[in-house]
Amino acid sequence: MPSLKQLSSEKDLFTYGHRACAGCAASIILRQVALVAGKNTIFVGATGCMEVVSTIFPYTAWKVPFLHNAFENSAATGSGIETTYRSLKKRGKITKKINVIAFGGDGGTYDIGFQSLSGAMERRHDMLYLCYNNEAYMNTGIQRSSATPFGAHTTTSPAGTVIPGKQQFPKDLTEAIAAHDIPYVAQAAPHNWADFTKKVEKALTIEGPTFINVLSPCPLGWVYPPHLSIKMSKLAAETCFWPLYEVENGIHKINFKPREKKPLIEWTKLQGRFRHLLSESNKHIVEEAQKEVDRKWNRLLKMAEAKI
Amino acid sequence: MKKGWKELPIGTQIIKPGSSEDFKTGDWRIEKPIIDFDKCIHCLICWIYCPDSSIYVNDNKVTGINYDFCKGCAICAEECPKDAITMQSEVESE
Amino acid sequence: MEKMIVAKTGNEAMAEAMRQINPDVVAAYPITPATEVVQIFSSFVADGRVDTEFVPAESEHSALSACVGAAAAGGRVMTSTASQGLALMHEVLFIAAGLRLPIVICEVNRSLSGPINIHCDHSDTMASRDSGWIQIYSEDSQEAYDNTIQAMKIAEKVFLPAIVSVDAFIISHSMERLEILPDEEVQAFIGEHRKPYDLLDVDNPITLGGLDLQDYFFEHKRQEIEAMKEAKAAVIEVGKEFGEKFGTSYGFFEEYRMEDADLAIIALGSTAGTTKVVVNALREKGMKVGLFKIRVFRPLASEEIKKSLEHMKAIAILDRADGMSSFGGPVFHEIRSCLYESEKRPIVTNYIYGLGGRDIFPEEIESVYKDLEKVAEKGEVKNLINYLGVRE
Ligand SMILES: Cc1ncc(C[n+]2csc(CCOP(=O)(O)OP(=O)(O)O)c2C)c(N)n1
Ligand code: SF4
Ligand code: SF4
Ligand code: SF4
Ligand SMILES: [Mg+2]
Repeated sequence: MPSLKQLSSEKDLFTYGHRACAGCAASIILRQVALVAGKNTIFVGATGCMEVVSTIFPYTAWKVPFLHNAFENSAATGSGIETTYRSLKKRGKITKKINVIAFGGDGGTYDIGFQSLSGAMERRHDMLYLCYNNEAYMNTGIQRSSATPFGAHTTTSPAGTVIPGKQQFPKDLTEAIAAHDIPYVAQAAPHNWADFTKKVEKALTIEGPTFINVLSPCPLGWVYPPHLSIKMSKLAAETCFWPLYEVENGIHKINFKPREKKPLIEWTKLQGRFRHLLSESNKHIVEEAQKEVDRKWNRLLKMAEAKI
Repeated sequence: MKKGWKELPIGTQIIKPGSSEDFKTGDWRIEKPIIDFDKCIHCLICWIYCPDSSIYVNDNKVTGINYDFCKGCAICAEECPKDAITMQSEVESE
Repeated sequence: MEKMIVAKTGNEAMAEAMRQINPDVVAAYPITPATEVVQIFSSFVADGRVDTEFVPAESEHSALSACVGAAAAGGRVMTSTASQGLALMHEVLFIAAGLRLPIVICEVNRSLSGPINIHCDHSDTMASRDSGWIQIYSEDSQEAYDNTIQAMKIAEKVFLPAIVSVDAFIISHSMERLEILPDEEVQAFIGEHRKPYDLLDVDNPITLGGLDLQDYFFEHKRQEIEAMKEAKAAVIEVGKEFGEKFGTSYGFFEEYRMEDADLAIIALGSTAGTTKVVVNALREKGMKVGLFKIRVFRPLASEEIKKSLEHMKAIAILDRADGMSSFGGPVFHEIRSCLYESEKRPIVTNYIYGLGGRDIFPEEIESVYKDLEKVAEKGEVKNLINYLGVRE
């Protein structure tokens, strides 16, 4: 694990001057990834907040090669870059070790880019795919995605008088990608920079496809004041809504177990997108959501215990 | 003067790495973080969490804030374990 | 130089050209009737007959997306598809052109659903004609082979992607005589790979494909338009060089018995072959008829087309796709528009034919020439848009 002292002596490769909202966790995530990955890395970003805020022509926040192709194809695009790299290496035209990191938001990863990601992972390209999961389509104005939590208000799952926010539980993408039997899959969150940067480092050393799903608090879409982004990240782990864990060669390992699991409401009550859940009539939603968190966490504990 | 089509490199390339450093975002700020160096223990927590790479670090020591780019999110103030950073209204500080 | 004479289908001919080009990366997905190209090329890879890394993508959208990544990383890149596959690539076609990546697609012209059909028409490539890709249509296997080799070179000269297409089954699956060039001659002809930039050059990092708003988007598009203009010179230059080296020169179009013709049919692809037979037969009977075969539809050689056609008395444009505007097909619109600048402005009519692989017969083509004769005599057009070979 790189120490903060080591990291701070590196040059930022995802730099300032980008147009992310103040306090945007996704920009913290990309900054940390770029610091760890280093200059011999090519990034591919899917359409979404991070691509938009970091590449407004003629301004780029990237000091490493960066390519944006479209919304649903950053994994496929990354797989193409990796293939040229392999081809040129085979022909002796390049000798350096170069990392390929493709990323997308939850929309670009869980939903529209799911197929492209699945294909790239199955084909065993030597690349890291990173999802910054802010749990909705933020760039287009906060629409629901399959990563949006149960009960959350978004502009396409509004908390109405009859339907109180999103009616489905989020898709478990991390497990879906783990089911591809790739060498390394992990879940992380930016408050735990040590855990996260270690995971990125590990993913980049492992040969073959690797995948990291990072929770990305979003002040605009989750509706909380920007200074709370890191708190939001931390609480998501402490409530076990977003467990920090990894699946290495098929074996689940939990990286953070809270001494005392906090109730989910500790996290949701701080966010405007769950405001409607504080009313008495929506108590059952909170309960259902808590039940689901418990079920998933217990399942994960069992898998980790059984070393499967 | 913005370049015309004959002068721009082809294919939408931006050939200057990190050219966003020419685009100041400091004027987005409503509140300004101020570091109290008497309290600071140089743990670098503020540095790792700053979304806008606006905490200056030199030789493992925090030396100040890049107000040309700091958006005033106050994450640094919130996360500082020593409460060494306080937020000050931009209006008052002028 | 020893050319090899073999019998090959259009698909085999294109796959053979791909083998000789020996690209760095091929990313593809199978679809009838282009599947064979992908299959044959896969066996070239499996047998070590190419150095190419093959990406068996999980869709055409991903295939072309991978091609974009591969080409942006500085590779020489090709793929193959047809119909629904090209339609699924549609979004990325524009991106590849906008990023100025010289990718080549070996395409088989098959009608677009719905209803679903696997046979020939040009609705697929016509639907992508404004995507910024060079488009070259092939009359037979030999042209498919020759065009594929030239397309690679043209694309890399102007940094625009190119589609080479053949008619489904009629060409893709029929065995024809093919002259194959020696591998090293093909390599020498296409030359060292020319790339617009290189993402793998990590010491000189660039950002590509970022958000391009009102203040720069138009400038980048203007560059792309200019590249398409430059492609005109490149098509001629490469076609001429091909002729000097290998015996057959190529241009934007082929004029068949057009010197003294009064009546002309304009066609693309395999129908040109059928039309030539009809032209010869009618010439025997003393009719002054000719065929104007369009080889390159993008870029559109508007000036040259005008010059070649303006002295005609009447022209019939055969369209193997309809524009669904209730006003005829795309080739009709574009060629007719080229002639608008002419003071002579010949009569131009349109015949939609062969949709979904409906055969076109010499008698039908003959009837078109007969129509033209009448139209030219009277100087008036009764039916501007006609449908050939459809039951009423
Ligand atoms: C094919 C296609 N469909 C829709 C869009 C519009 N669109 C752009 S970004 C986006 C949402 C992005 O959401 P996500 O991937 O979660 O990233 P975020 O903006 O939240 O960071 C949508 C719907 C598009 N660009 N392309
Ligand atoms: S909307 Fe959310 S994810 Fe997008 S830039 Fe703003 S804070 Fe970041
Ligand atoms: S977080 Fe506080 S104590 Fe730590 S370096 Fe920053 S200002 Fe100093
Ligand atoms: S207020 Fe926000 S942007 Fe400014 S220095 Fe602190 S963390 Fe960085
Ligand atoms: Mg999102």
